Amino acid sequence: MQQLLDRFIESRGWTGDWAIELVYFLGMLFFAVALLLVVVTPFTGIVSWAERRIAARMQSRVGPNRVGPQGILQWAADGLKCILKEDLIPEDADRILFTAAPYLVFSGLFGAFAVLPFSEHLVIADLDVGAFYVMAITSLVPLGIIMSGWASNNKWSLLGGMRSAAQIISYEIPGALSLLAVVIAAGTLSLQGIIRAQGWSPADWFLFRSPFLFTGFFYFFVANLAEGNRTPFDLPEAESELVAGYSTEYSGMRFAFFMLAEWANLYVVASVVNVAFLGGWNVPPIAEGVARTLLQIVVFAAKSLVLVFVIIWIRWTLPRLRVDQMMLLCWKYLVPLSFLNVLGTAVWMMIVPEGSAAGRIASWILVLVGLSLLGLFGLRVRRNLKDADVERPRLSPIA
Amino acid sequence: MKPLRTEDMTLNMGPHHPSTHGVLRFILTSDGEVVHSCRPDVGYLHRSIEKIGEMMTYLGFMPYTDRVDYVCAMNANWGYALAVEKLAKIEVPRRAEFLRAIVGELNRISSHLVALGTMAMDLGAITPFPWTLRERERVNDLFEEICGARLTHNYVWIGGVAFDAPDGWLDKVRRFVDSFEKMIPEFNRLITGNKIFLERLVNVGVIDRKTALAYGISGPNLRASGIDWDIRREIPYGIYPELAFEVPIGGDAIGCIGDCYARFVVRVREMEESLKIVRQCLDRFPHEEKEYRTRIRKVKPPVGSVYVASEAPRGELGFFIVSNGTEKAERMRIRTGSFTAMSVVEKIAPGLMVADLVALIASLDVVAPEIDR
Repeated sequence: MQQLLDRFIESRGWTGDWAIELVYFLGMLFFAVALLLVVVTPFTGIVSWAERRIAARMQSRVGPNRVGPQGILQWAADGLKCILKEDLIPEDADRILFTAAPYLVFSGLFGAFAVLPFSEHLVIADLDVGAFYVMAITSLVPLGIIMSGWASNNKWSLLGGMRSAAQIISYEIPGALSLLAVVIAAGTLSLQGIIRAQGWSPADWFLFRSPFLFTGFFYFFVANLAEGNRTPFDLPEAESELVAGYSTEYSGMRFAFFMLAEWANLYVVASVVNVAFLGGWNVPPIAEGVARTLLQIVVFAAKSLVLVFVIIWIRWTLPRLRVDQMMLLCWKYLVPLSFLNVLGTAVWMMIVPEGSAAGRIASWILVLVGLSLLGLFGLRVRRNLKDADVERPRLSPIA
Repeated sequence: MKPLRTEDMTLNMGPHHPSTHGVLRFILTSDGEVVHSCRPDVGYLHRSIEKIGEMMTYLGFMPYTDRVDYVCAMNANWGYALAVEKLAKIEVPRRAEFLRAIVGELNRISSHLVALGTMAMDLGAITPFPWTLRERERVNDLFEEICGARLTHNYVWIGGVAFDAPDGWLDKVRRFVDSFEKMIPEFNRLITGNKIFLERLVNVGVIDRKTALAYGISGPNLRASGIDWDIRREIPYGIYPELAFEVPIGGDAIGCIGDCYARFVVRVREMEESLKIVRQCLDRFPHEEKEYRTRIRKVKPPVGSVYVASEAPRGELGFFIVSNGTEKAERMRIRTGSFTAMSVVEKIAPGLMVADLVALIASLDVVAPEIDR
């Protein structure tokens, strides 16, 4: 589709066979949208089910296990319920903004899927400004949220909307700066290009490229958590403070759109982090073919899903920050540190050229650091499990 | 150009707001997120329990005391029984005293578990809540076995307890105590030492000694403000004089005396002390004495009045009863800890953020029915 658009732009207007081109164009558009809706919507649904089951495990509950095998179709039942529900619009609400807001949030996040790769060839559009595009299109989300907060004519919604706007705009800065460091290292804004600049082995990932990118990974991850309104930054929808924040007055399908966007965002965040730092779909060199593509899809999905799990895990473990503490964390720590990061990355690239022996050694040292951090974490978990050896009801993981 | 004008926003928090623990209502004026004033509006759960107490016989009023504070019904039963026993001079068998202390302290644990879990949930950490409720369920199972009810027990009766402990019940209590002892450190690892949790609670909503005394705060909230006062020790009742336990006081942990974190930690440590008490009761349980209730047909106390305070999980639970010599009380008045705790919100709230206000209300552990009665 991208080639078609390029051709369309280059020829500056309709060429002779414009009718065929238009049909072709619309067909492709339809296909792309259908792909998104058919693949992404069930995916977000299944993520929502997974999150609920994982949360239930963490909380000694069972979780949804009734609809379909192990409750895996719970999301479909929930969606159906939301469609059947009355679409309630408060009398004093600003009707136009109120009805439009969920679609902005939804399209902001689903638009990001247009550039997210699934494998080397499986990508809807490999834009030259992919990283920039992701930052830009997800900026529609705060717009939608602040619209919903304002239009609901509810003070709690308004507070939620304002919090969200402040939060997302603030955290976009460290997020964009950390991504900028990656872009400097890769030399391209294209997401596929960023992946190609990395390799399949962890030492080739940007995460371990330099100490600056290593720390940048954490800034980027935290900033993305905040942009996605996930705990510990879920202030816009803090249910114990703001009832349900900006989505308080929503019901039925519009509410479902907010929820869908939330879980789609989970995957968007995870895969952008994956693309920027974890090597994306890079696989060991094997012959071009179906097997390679399949392996790439599996590798990419696995890395992203691990990150999705980490995000879910954080959500069900941590309390939430207060609004001023959240701002403090952003402006006093993350913004200066990520500025430093951009500088540091540039300097590092000057001193240690890509592919040099020093660079390889630094990468392997960082891999060891990362592994030992994981190992320490594992030891701590083991010790805690030993300490917590108490009699309690055992839940089967597939209850 | 006209200068920009700002005005305070009036926010209505409750009566069905998720963090108001029942039906409470606060009328806030705020500048954005900063609370300028907060007026608690109580009375949504008023059920005239005190008036009912004047209509019913002394024995008949006992089930209603469950509803004064259904999170710790045993302690409410016990408080009322103490008052009537003192008024009518009824002796309580020793076995009953032990059973009362066991169920009372178990209920204190389950009540604190609810308080801690909901407090963590109000701060956005959801997992501690199911964890604490899981443990509370085990206490409820024990209660169900001894009296058939899980929430409103009606177990402590005037002159003793309603039923004797069934066979093996005491062993089950011991098993619970043993495993729950290990649960507390696990709970602390999950939430009490969490950095974000500390950030949210330390030095927030400070109630200093003077304010605490002036507003008549009681129970864990009072102790968190650094005042060493526990009715179980100062005006002992039941078998508390025979038992050794410490009274945790706020301010020795991180943060300052009387902040939200001190109130949280005091409750955690009180659970540990309650475990100690239960363990002592189990060790010294008088197995040879079989009588668990003084048989009484009717309660007809002499003319006079009595005020008996007991240490409920939410502070001083006092029953003031005026008797006119009949089977019904002339006047029944219940003093509860939540009500006074509620009154201090108005003093502390200005200057806090909305999120801090939620933390403050949660840390005071108010239960709506206990405020209104």
